[in-house]
Amino acid sequence: MLHCINLSPFCGESFTTCLRFAQDQDPILLIQDGVYAAQTGTKFASLVESALAKNPVFALESDLLARGITTTLEGVQVIDYDGFVGLAEKHQVNSWL
Amino acid sequence: MGEEIKKIMHVVRTAPHGTIYPYEGLEMVLIMAAYEQEISMTFIGDGVYCLKKDQDTSKLAIKGFMKTLGVLEDYDVEKLFVDRISLEERGLTEEDLYVAVEVLESPAIGKLMAQQDVIIPH
Repeated sequence: MLHCINLSPFCGESFTTCLRFAQDQDPILLIQDGVYAAQTGTKFASLVESALAKNPVFALESDLLARGITTTLEGVQVIDYDGFVGLAEKHQVNSWL
Repeated sequence: MGEEIKKIMHVVRTAPHGTIYPYEGLEMVLIMAAYEQEISMTFIGDGVYCLKKDQDTSKLAIKGFMKTLGVLEDYDVEKLFVDRISLEERGLTEEDLYVAVEVLESPAIGKLMAQQDVIIPH
């Protein structure tokens, strides 16, 4: 199952809640304000790093660029819209709006 | 128009691009600046992300507002305050921002809020 996060981790519980429910190897995709979770140095960085141990984490390139996020946490995979579509094709989508 | 000058603080607490709030807020600031009021902007929480350097919105096909924020000074909006804790939680420092701001502790911002005639949230 593909878990999509579109809200900032600082703004609500959707990111932290999603991590509690994601199964091993479920991909987690950060889009829109969700990409702030991929940034280095935030208070959520260690949480993302522990998630990376069991889940692949992706972040949408265009949303990173728009927000001036030039460095992401090690292990986070940056993808474009084609990559996004590829993930959505392969997995059932669970949107944590 | 009334002759009394009011102190008006715009408080931005939302991240850029994910919602329309900071965009609309900035429009409102520019309009209000035309009426020669004493206007300030304060960035708290995800609002500090509006000030982050290197935002490139071309792939989202939206104009962004870095240019507009950069010329606020020309509209006599010179007071931009930023909450230090909000920066720290996001791994940011003053050097990561593209406009000159005054970084303040939360109680100092609270004191400024108490001095305003109006506070407008965005």
